[in-house]
Amino acid sequence: MAEHPELLPYGIIREDLFRPLSRAGRKWWFTVAVCFLLVLAGLAAWGVQLRDGLGVTGLNRPVFWGLYIVDFVFWIGISHAGTLISAILRLTDAAWRKPVTRAAEAITLFALMIGGLFPIIHLGRAWFFYWLIPYPNARLMWPNFRSPLVWDLTAIVTYVTGSAIYLYLPLIPDMAQLGAHNKPWRRKLYRALSLGWTGSDREWHALEMAMKLNAVIILAVAISVHTVVAWDFSMSIAPTWHSSIFGPYFVVGAIFSGIGALIIVMATLRHTLHLENYLIKRHFDNMSKLMLTMSLLWFYFTMSEHITIWYGNEPKEMAVFGQRTRGDYAFWFWTMVVVNFVIPVILLGIKKLRSIKTAVIASVGVLIGMWLERYLIVIPTLVTPRLASATSFYSPSWVELMITVATFAAMIMLYLLFARLFPIIAVWEYKPHSPEEED
Amino acid sequence: MATGNPVKPHRWGMVIDLDRCTGCEACVVACHAENNIGMSDPEEAARGRVNHWIRVDRYYEGEFPDVKVKYQPVLCQHCDEAPCEPVCPVNATYHNPEGLNVQVYNRCVGTFYCANNCPYTVRSFNWFDPKWPEPMQLQHNPDVSIRPGGVMEKCTFCIQKIKRVEEQAHAGSRPVADGEVQPACVQSCPAEAMVFGDLNDPDSKVSRFAGDGRATKLMEELGTKPKVIYLEKAR
Repeated sequence: MAEHPELLPYGIIREDLFRPLSRAGRKWWFTVAVCFLLVLAGLAAWGVQLRDGLGVTGLNRPVFWGLYIVDFVFWIGISHAGTLISAILRLTDAAWRKPVTRAAEAITLFALMIGGLFPIIHLGRAWFFYWLIPYPNARLMWPNFRSPLVWDLTAIVTYVTGSAIYLYLPLIPDMAQLGAHNKPWRRKLYRALSLGWTGSDREWHALEMAMKLNAVIILAVAISVHTVVAWDFSMSIAPTWHSSIFGPYFVVGAIFSGIGALIIVMATLRHTLHLENYLIKRHFDNMSKLMLTMSLLWFYFTMSEHITIWYGNEPKEMAVFGQRTRGDYAFWFWTMVVVNFVIPVILLGIKKLRSIKTAVIASVGVLIGMWLERYLIVIPTLVTPRLASATSFYSPSWVELMITVATFAAMIMLYLLFARLFPIIAVWEYKPHSPEEED
Repeated sequence: MATGNPVKPHRWGMVIDLDRCTGCEACVVACHAENNIGMSDPEEAARGRVNHWIRVDRYYEGEFPDVKVKYQPVLCQHCDEAPCEPVCPVNATYHNPEGLNVQVYNRCVGTFYCANNCPYTVRSFNWFDPKWPEPMQLQHNPDVSIRPGGVMEKCTFCIQKIKRVEEQAHAGSRPVADGEVQPACVQSCPAEAMVFGDLNDPDSKVSRFAGDGRATKLMEELGTKPKVIYLEKAR
């Protein structure tokens, strides 16, 4: 029975999956409260930065980009969990995807909301961030469309909008069900959000169409978003940033870390919401294989990137290469190689070792490793500028660290709230097609 | 440029003779005074937060005590193909008709992209609102605006001085004479290592120096087309 959640009676499925919405344990309240406090602390740190200026960070000349940009790329990377995985699985009609997609899509939206904040946090004058938006104004000023940062803003706004719709569409039938019997305030909420869904054939047909179309569009958007994020670096002439491989390299890294985040979330949901009958070993096995593939791909890209720099032996690029492989950042570089490649390949590549537990261990490693990868792309290049006289150093300040921690807390908090308001697995997808089977 | 002026626009450039530079840093001090550049305290400076629009790089050759030092003042190179310009999302840095690479402080939101893309690392950021030790705030130049915190800035070739000379020449209906515009660094250089002038005027001092056998440009291979020309040390 546990092997096929589809074979469970629909009534039980519905009860199992709606149950978490009406029951919150002490642990849930405690975690949400702690995360909320951390988010407040992060906001306070940002407040200090807004009041005093960016001098409260560890940035200096020439290290003008630091932890905020690292976090930005990291979170946008995490956001690739949802869209790409769920869109690919939807389009290929992979039957096992049912309990995975919504959990993934929610990660996307929240990671984007968080990641999208970083470029604003990072601004010298954050209150003028809207100057990057092309809006009609008295001075007839447009943003500079030649700047990768404007492309970036366009890409991310499109992606947030798209993934919000992508998460929302499959929620509609579930919310219609939830709106039928519930506490008054919830009934109001779900009814409003279900947009008067009645479940007619015409509505189902339209929804199917919309979801398919959305999946195709969001796939293209997701790939373009991380390519554009990579272009923020590769369009510049800084040593090792100016690399044509960065677009696909970033996309692969993003999917890689996204899968890691998804595995952790799936394991947590399975354990805390008692979804052992739904998120079964097969799901983790499949996700592990996906992650193994991405780990190999990541290694291939990392190797291609570094071996060409090394062989080319161009002095300015070699200075950065040296910083990474044997200099101040060598420890972190080799840690990254171990947690992104060696550990996943051993734990997930050897069938005997592959289990839910090892998948989670590997995923935690991958998240750390992918964060380090972004750090190692941003910082070593900036501390070794072309003119050696400007060489510098960087260590993040407490403000940057606090804001970074707060974003992880924000992710957990948003996710916990979401899992209490909406079923984390799409219930209607288990609904039998003929009404007789329903009872 | 005033309308109706038939003269070709100026193309301002600078020549720095490294043979003459003694590394005294008078240019750095003069630049601070002329352009109302904020002062960093020693703690901030130790964190890499000094704000200079011109700095003097030192290159050592040989082992002590047989050391030769080359001093190289580095300021904004006012590149014709400036890498900082296309990357600014809000057009805060752009090329003006006289070939100057101009920074519009009011427009800058502080994305730092320009500074990251500058191979010469000559852009400075106002990490905090600028401050001066007493009584230096009393000697601010009224012709130069004070930049708030959060804004990028850099050498302007003392655009306020250029404008004043141009206006005076225009009022007198005469062309700007060679050497009439003197940015603060040029004016204050005791060794007269720096020359400023119009690269569009073939008879100007800078144009003649630009054709000198010792003339080089910093990292010319990047295709940035700098308008600061260095005269290499003669052996």
